[in-house]
Amino acid sequence: MNDGSPPDPTPLGRKLLMELHVNGETQEVAFLPHETLLEVLRERMDLPGTKHGCELGECGACAVLVDGRPELSCLRLAIECGDAEVTTVEGLIRDGQLDPIQEAFADLGGAQCGYCTPGILVTARALLDENPSPDRDEIAEALSGNLCRCTGYLQIFESVEEAARVGAASSATGEVTS
Amino acid sequence: MMRCRPFRYHAPRTVAEAAKILRGEGPDAMVLAGGTDVIPNLKRKQFAPRTLVALRRIGELRTASDDGLTLGAATTLDAIARHAALPEAHRAARIAASKVATPQIRNRGTIGGNLCLDTRCTYYDQSAEWRQAIDFCKKAPGPHGTAIETPVEQGICWVAPGSPRCWAVSSTDAAPALIALGAEVTLVSADGERTIPLTDLYADDGMAFLTKKRDELLTAVRLPAAVEGWRSTYWKLRRRGAFDFPILGVGAALKLDAGGTVEAARVVLGAVASRPLPVDTSGLVGGPLSDEAIDAFAAKAAGPAKPLDNTDFTLHWRKRVVRAWVAGALRELRGDDSEEASLLSRSAARIPEPLSV
Amino acid sequence: MSKPEPKKVITHHDKDPDELRVIGRPRRRVDGRAKVTGQTVFADDMKLPRMVHAKIVRSPHPHAAIRSIDVTAALQAPGVLLVLTGADMPIPYGILPVSQDEHPLCPDVARFVGDPVAAVIAETEEAADAAMPLVAIEWEPLTTVASAEEALSTPEPRIHEYGDDGNVHKRIALQFGDVEESLGKSVHVFEDVFFYEGNTHLPIEQHATLAARDGDGKLVVWSSTQTPHYLHRALAKALDFPAHQVRVIATPNGGGFGGKSDPFNHEVVAAKAALVLDRPVKICLTREEVFYCHRGRHPVKMRFRTGTDADGNITAMDLETLLDGGAYGSYGVASTFYTGALQTVTYEIPRYRFRACRTFTNKPPCGPKRGHGTVQPRFGQEVQLDKIAVAVGKNPADLRLQQLCKPDTLTANYLTVGTIGLRQCIDAVVDGSSFRDRWQKLPEGRGLGIACSSYLCGAGLPIYWNAMPHSGVQLRLDRMGAVTAFCGATEIGQGSDDVLAACVAEVLGIAADDIHIRTGATDTTPIDLGSYSSRVTLMMGNAAIEAAERAKTLLVGAAARKLGIPPSRIALADRRVFDVEDPEKVGMSFRDACCAAEAEHGTLGTVGSYAPPRSPARFKGGGVGPSPTYSYSAAVVEVEVDPVTGWLHVPKIWIAHDVGRSLNPVLVRGQVEGSVYMGLGEAIMEEQVFRRLPAKMSNAAVHKFPSMLEYKSPTSLDMPEIVTYVIEDPDPKGPFGAKEVGQGPLLPIMPAVANAVFDAVGVRIDETPITAEKIARALDLRDKGKDARVGPKAFPSIDWPEGLEVPPPWEGGDGRATNDPKAKHYRAPEERGQEMMSDAARQKATAAQRASQSKSGRVSKEVRS
Repeated sequence: MNDGSPPDPTPLGRKLLMELHVNGETQEVAFLPHETLLEVLRERMDLPGTKHGCELGECGACAVLVDGRPELSCLRLAIECGDAEVTTVEGLIRDGQLDPIQEAFADLGGAQCGYCTPGILVTARALLDENPSPDRDEIAEALSGNLCRCTGYLQIFESVEEAARVGAASSATGEVTS
Repeated sequence: MMRCRPFRYHAPRTVAEAAKILRGEGPDAMVLAGGTDVIPNLKRKQFAPRTLVALRRIGELRTASDDGLTLGAATTLDAIARHAALPEAHRAARIAASKVATPQIRNRGTIGGNLCLDTRCTYYDQSAEWRQAIDFCKKAPGPHGTAIETPVEQGICWVAPGSPRCWAVSSTDAAPALIALGAEVTLVSADGERTIPLTDLYADDGMAFLTKKRDELLTAVRLPAAVEGWRSTYWKLRRRGAFDFPILGVGAALKLDAGGTVEAARVVLGAVASRPLPVDTSGLVGGPLSDEAIDAFAAKAAGPAKPLDNTDFTLHWRKRVVRAWVAGALRELRGDDSEEASLLSRSAARIPEPLSV
Repeated sequence: MSKPEPKKVITHHDKDPDELRVIGRPRRRVDGRAKVTGQTVFADDMKLPRMVHAKIVRSPHPHAAIRSIDVTAALQAPGVLLVLTGADMPIPYGILPVSQDEHPLCPDVARFVGDPVAAVIAETEEAADAAMPLVAIEWEPLTTVASAEEALSTPEPRIHEYGDDGNVHKRIALQFGDVEESLGKSVHVFEDVFFYEGNTHLPIEQHATLAARDGDGKLVVWSSTQTPHYLHRALAKALDFPAHQVRVIATPNGGGFGGKSDPFNHEVVAAKAALVLDRPVKICLTREEVFYCHRGRHPVKMRFRTGTDADGNITAMDLETLLDGGAYGSYGVASTFYTGALQTVTYEIPRYRFRACRTFTNKPPCGPKRGHGTVQPRFGQEVQLDKIAVAVGKNPADLRLQQLCKPDTLTANYLTVGTIGLRQCIDAVVDGSSFRDRWQKLPEGRGLGIACSSYLCGAGLPIYWNAMPHSGVQLRLDRMGAVTAFCGATEIGQGSDDVLAACVAEVLGIAADDIHIRTGATDTTPIDLGSYSSRVTLMMGNAAIEAAERAKTLLVGAAARKLGIPPSRIALADRRVFDVEDPEKVGMSFRDACCAAEAEHGTLGTVGSYAPPRSPARFKGGGVGPSPTYSYSAAVVEVEVDPVTGWLHVPKIWIAHDVGRSLNPVLVRGQVEGSVYMGLGEAIMEEQVFRRLPAKMSNAAVHKFPSMLEYKSPTSLDMPEIVTYVIEDPDPKGPFGAKEVGQGPLLPIMPAVANAVFDAVGVRIDETPITAEKIARALDLRDKGKDARVGPKAFPSIDWPEGLEVPPPWEGGDGRATNDPKAKHYRAPEERGQEMMSDAARQKATAAQRASQSKSGRVSKEVRS
């Protein structure tokens, strides 16, 4: 598999052409070596669902999944993502169905202005993948790197709990939710 | 959007190759591990490396030894927090790692990166435009920031304008905990390898805060084998439950004999100076861990702590809290009932159990 | 010419909950799906062909004259297309007509670190950023004025050439009855000085704007603004561009909280650059720049002198406030009035004096943040009430309950209060927290505190004087059964799109998500004044009901004729139009009814509009404070305090809010809890503070930490358990009886925390934020036997003007000032002397008014989280 090897070292100020694997698709993308994954997703790959609130790792709005684990796309250089599978909020919909976590956030007030929501959704998805029935403390801990100014977090916690319940119910009936 | 300025990017496959590049590039190169400290600083133009030497392809930096006691420097903080093979006596390492920043940052940030964390200061961790508004400071005396080796004579330290030195604060969580555990680190350069006690990695200067040479690479952290009777903890003081750097860290490790007498002790304070500050524990050793002993020790420990007006909270309060925090950490090690834990211990030492131990 | 009769507003407040199919039922908000799929398009998510990027060069000086600007080098930098300076846009603008003191780029003087001076427009944001240092500016530093007190003592140099004098922007003095006389006769007089620190909104979305010329040459501006109409006006003015050739589209705001309510320099800059270059121009601020936009909470110092009788009933209140306004007017004059406007709508205050002073300082301008101007004095008032309760030996809940305002009355300062659910709010949180059993009885280090508040449901007057509606809604119905609702209201996360859909859907008998919602665009939607002052639910909701009722009339008429039954028998529900006497058999689909109506009337469209009732206040300054009705809140906060370090922990909060009626309970709870969250942040950690370098070494005055790391917004781990009680007593003024919920529940949190800290460890923290270090300092004072209090020692001496005298309603007042020489109705003092009521007569009138109040039944709902 192509590990996305760019020339080493990269020439100063010249774009690279690299394959990135995002939301199950592989795209060849041209970008500069100093660009972060956030910039490349939003500005070069037409994936503006991932937001930014500080670009310094201080808010969590730009969280995406890298190989299933939440990371901040503002702190990770895109050049370091060639061998990774990246999931953004746009990738949570599978086969035209919203992820249970998306349904729950929409129904239960987990999203107000919606700006921190993409980062929280992917982070919560990773939590549920690892721990399908987290308690309130575990949810609060998992989401402690995502600031929300609207909700006071409680409806976010409840949305994650609801998604966990739905997930548990559907896995009991043999369905695969993620 | 805050963006990095252009740099060349190297991604060597071996430590030796990395050391060679660092030697060749000189002070214009910086090491990129997780990037959670370097990238924000680059975006704020706190320094302007021409080259970044990335560690991501060097597999040997991510491996742990079979006994779990030697950790590659590129091991993520999250992996350390969940490190099942770490003996219970080294619990402080897990607590400290679990309290760095946020879950997303711990998934990316590395133990080596946290140990080499740039010193912090509210006059320094600002954009170039902000720093221009105070006419810059000693640690970054110009709009493009600086290499860490700038002559000290240049610029003012606004924290203590009469002082010849920089007072930026050592803000690593891992170091006070790991020094308390007696950790060593391995440094590799083109000249070879050396292993030093972790405490010797640091110098009490906001600018030259590492004794590591510019072209040396921190490759591994080695913890001593666990010995019966040792126990450890790490207390972190910060305003919020996440994100914040410590405004005080207390790494503490004790060896108690069966009768409860202190046989050995190491206590290290973080975030009260430009380096992690080991505390003289001779007063504790040889006696029981009584309330009186704890309070006397804690009062003395607070002495050398020198908080200044360059982090969150006021310096007077930060000084005052050292005593309570040190005492709290020792009480926890004495085994005071965690169910009855005080407000302070609930705030300071709460550790989410590793998810996959 | 005779004045037209005031329009009768149908609000449906008297509908039984069971009759309602949409209103009051928990639903997914209409924009919910877009927000969870990443489809919501925020301003910075937009991209247009040939789009270029702007960056703003800002002042590094807190106060400095611009000697010269040389853009030559910047223009030659790679990728740079245009550099703008103040000379390119000489016309000033500002949100309030009385303070048109901002320029898109400073033409001559910069007034704070971060004030915009030049703009670089380049092919990429990176290129613009790289060229910024090449803009060569020659500065002449001026004296730095860093605080309100400094502004009082430093009249020169003036930060602005306008304003009352020196660096005083505005002084206000109003008196409603002879306060000194009442204080002299009071059993107790309590005097307290408080300080409320400034803080900011911190929306997670940074402000962004995209401007372009349409194909036909008109200007179009997309922006994360809460007030597209006001932005539209400011753009037309500042650009000297025909207003009717501009369209402003408010993109969904990624959080507003008041921080996107001003027209901003970057918006004008982007528009100007788009006009000059004839290319789309985008600008997105960095987080640091968002801190410089600010317009957040004013730092306010205040003194309360409050007289009471032996039982702690207020006899008179004398309030003085001093505001640190920052470098520009913004909403500041309104903020200043608001620091005294709403003291009277919670508890009966027979006589009231209010004096306020706003200063200019060399810091980012303050303005409206959630609870605009009323938050700071509410903190002081509610903490002082706690002190009064302790002094007179009453439970603080009872002290409040014994003197609540009565519904449907006038206050001393001529505010018309409507329904008041405050008694139910207090009962709910007191019962929920077992306040009576636990207050003053918890072990040392643990405590409970209570506080209450009230807030506007929309400002009674628009920002600029006009006689037109405050909100308009237009409906389009077609033969597909499709309904589109158009309104200028702006979705900032609070759920206004959902309110619009719900009100229309309820009336038309369809589902909320059947409706196409088009909002916040000044070209297609009728004007709504914007998302501020908690006005949208009430005003837009009432306009929506009017438009929907008109549409319903068309549908009912056509359906009745088709079905051959009288219109009075027709009802609309569940997407059907049917005969109430035989719902199953006689009826038709909503779509068929639309077809019938379109066939009969032609193209279907209706409009509705809303303007608030006229206030009885006739004195100058009486325009700030009136609202169609007021919401009420009460909170109990529990704290734990470490007795050595002062470390403060808030484990639980009980909050009750009188919302009139919940339109969508999911959103109501979200607004209540979000308000509690933001209030808690202000109470215990948030502060927008500045660093003044030693004056002998430097002029610098910088924001101490313009970052999300050091400006402390509570995380998920800092959030206490919250018990929310929604008190519903439908208000005749609100749509389906609804009142506001977005701001009010924030207000009681800060004083309740302060009061709880006193209950826990016996110290008073009379300023915000209430931090461990302040508690520790107060504990030291306590242990030394000194006054166990941290807070300002004194209120500065201010040269107050002779105030306007407005006798309260129960002293024969008619809402006019008796001594305003500028007013038409002015009469000399000797003429009005005999009309002043005697003290006895006043008391009698007050008692009569109190007696005339009736109690009404309330519904209380508890939501546990």
